[in-house]
Amino acid sequence: MMKKHKNWQRWVTSAALALGLSTGAMAEDPMKVGFVYVGPVGDYGWSYEHDRGRMEAQKFFGDKIETTFVEKVPEGADAERVIRQMAQSGHDLIFTTSFGFMNPTEKVAKRFPKVFFEHATGYKRAKNLSTYVLRTYEGRYVSGIAAGMMTKTNTIGYIASFPIPEVIRDINSVYMAAKSVNPDVKIKIMWVSTWYDPVKESEAANALIDQGVDVLIQHTDSPAPLMAAEKRGVKAIGQASDMSKFAPNAHMFSIRDDWAPHYIKTIQEIMDGTWKPEDFWGGFAEDMLVVASVNDNLPADVKTAVTKAHDDIKSGKLKPFTGPMKSNEGKLVIEAGHTLTDEELAGVNWFIEGIDATIPK
Amino acid sequence: MDIDLITNILFATFKTGTPLILIALGEMVCEKSGVLNLGQEGMLLVGAVVGFIAASVTGNYFLATFCAIFAGMGMAFLFGYLSITLASNQVATGLALTIFGGGLSAFLGTNYIGIGLEGIQVWSVPLLSDIPVIGKVLFQHDPLVYLTLALFALVFWVFRSTRLGLKIRAVGENPEAANAIGINVQQIRFMAVLFGGAMTGLAGAYLSLVYTPMWSDGMSAGRGWIALSLVVFASWKAERILLGAYLFGFASILHLVLQGTRFEVPPNIMAMLPYAATIIVLVWLSSDAIKTKMSAPKSIGQPYRPLA
Repeated sequence: MMKKHKNWQRWVTSAALALGLSTGAMAEDPMKVGFVYVGPVGDYGWSYEHDRGRMEAQKFFGDKIETTFVEKVPEGADAERVIRQMAQSGHDLIFTTSFGFMNPTEKVAKRFPKVFFEHATGYKRAKNLSTYVLRTYEGRYVSGIAAGMMTKTNTIGYIASFPIPEVIRDINSVYMAAKSVNPDVKIKIMWVSTWYDPVKESEAANALIDQGVDVLIQHTDSPAPLMAAEKRGVKAIGQASDMSKFAPNAHMFSIRDDWAPHYIKTIQEIMDGTWKPEDFWGGFAEDMLVVASVNDNLPADVKTAVTKAHDDIKSGKLKPFTGPMKSNEGKLVIEAGHTLTDEELAGVNWFIEGIDATIPK
Repeated sequence: MDIDLITNILFATFKTGTPLILIALGEMVCEKSGVLNLGQEGMLLVGAVVGFIAASVTGNYFLATFCAIFAGMGMAFLFGYLSITLASNQVATGLALTIFGGGLSAFLGTNYIGIGLEGIQVWSVPLLSDIPVIGKVLFQHDPLVYLTLALFALVFWVFRSTRLGLKIRAVGENPEAANAIGINVQQIRFMAVLFGGAMTGLAGAYLSLVYTPMWSDGMSAGRGWIALSLVVFASWKAERILLGAYLFGFASILHLVLQGTRFEVPPNIMAMLPYAATIIVLVWLSSDAIKTKMSAPKSIGQPYRPLA
């Protein structure tokens, strides 16, 4: 409640500030930065982390910027209205943080050429519209190393949301890493058709554990799978946020998203006039993915292996999607010596050799 | 498929079905009395957040469960005051309650995000829980699963063989006639609405104190709506609600377990199924003849204004 109160105070202050400006007393007005979230900021997952990024940026720039956000914006016609309203109300820069905001963002960007737009996870760009995305597969690779070493039943469970390239890519990443440390490892994938539904995620976690899985990795946003893991005495890895508090024993570590570096960098670029439209990918190297709260109860060799994989990816020594690599249908999907480009990464629609599953149509 | 797996599926079925039964039974009583409350999702979230806050502050789950029930009743009181006392449009009021509940719960829960609790523990029935298979499936649950079955029995009995059940039905079928024979229509309806709120609040406690002992915005993820359609499917009969809810739970677990086998159903079809079925039933129900056949309460959704 205190947080709300503060927001409210800030709102009043900024309103007072705006009033002061309209009388022409001040020389420079703060840059206005808007954020559009698909979920509630209290989801403790995707939108929560974006909002943390916003608050970090606010703290970094102080009164040089003024940030606003709209949460729970449905992906559809409503999104366009929200984004347009933001552009109309004098925002200089607008971040839209869900894939489904792509077309509305593009449309509004065309209509407001003087406003800068940044859209997360999409692929449409324009003179005033950039895209940015996380290299989540880097985090998955580290998760796969730990999972492969920790599983005693040689079965890793993956709670998957929707069969889109990001999720498919990450499943591959987990499996190739796990296989590199444990040749007998198998992966069981369970599609739950949602990004966020604690009950369903919990059901899926339990169903996987029933089938002999003893390490859980999730591509959904609630801490429910970790809580299930804790109850059943298996291991799990947190997603998007630091979920250590939900499962003191089961939690191995969390791969936390950190959007603040990108938000701070982008705002600075616009202030300096150096911003250019681009397709930005951030991972360990940019500190936008963080291995958070490694559990003390992990064996020393697992901790070492996790740190090594993280450091190797961060330094660029290790690039997970490097050929030769075959799909599980026997097709050569990455030529020997080739590393997938960002564009190719965005289109991964095959499982690698050894994954005993098909991608749902 | 081995016996352990089947045991686990059946065990999970009971857990998954429980919140649906609670919400649907409460809503059924409400609708039987002629009031359609579409605010289930909002009441559920408020029940969940209040239960969670009470549990994290006091550490007493018994007390927390009651707080959740009272929170649900508080929301229901608001709905009752508007839709019964002031005779507002029930559909609009219910939808407003859902939106209000979503916002209120998010506001109340701001400082409780990111905390996990122990949750209400399993309460095994002595002796019976040692029976192989059946013991695990039926007698190793948390207290709320048993309480839900007791509440089902209560509702079933009230409508089957009590005057109160008859009165509720009379009010829902023909409030004018009920009024004429001296039944206080508004009082009965208000009580039914409050009962519905209590049940939904309890279901909220089940989500935030048993199933996933935590709070996050919108954690009910549409269960209030599914329960709402369940009432229609069950054609306002308690025993069918029980069956339907467990069937729904069973189907959703089975769908997960069957993935990767040759019995696989495409996950997106499964995810869409409850909603698609709801639409079909609602379209189907818009015909009056079918409505009668389905034994829908006749005056459902119509506010009653006493003449005096």
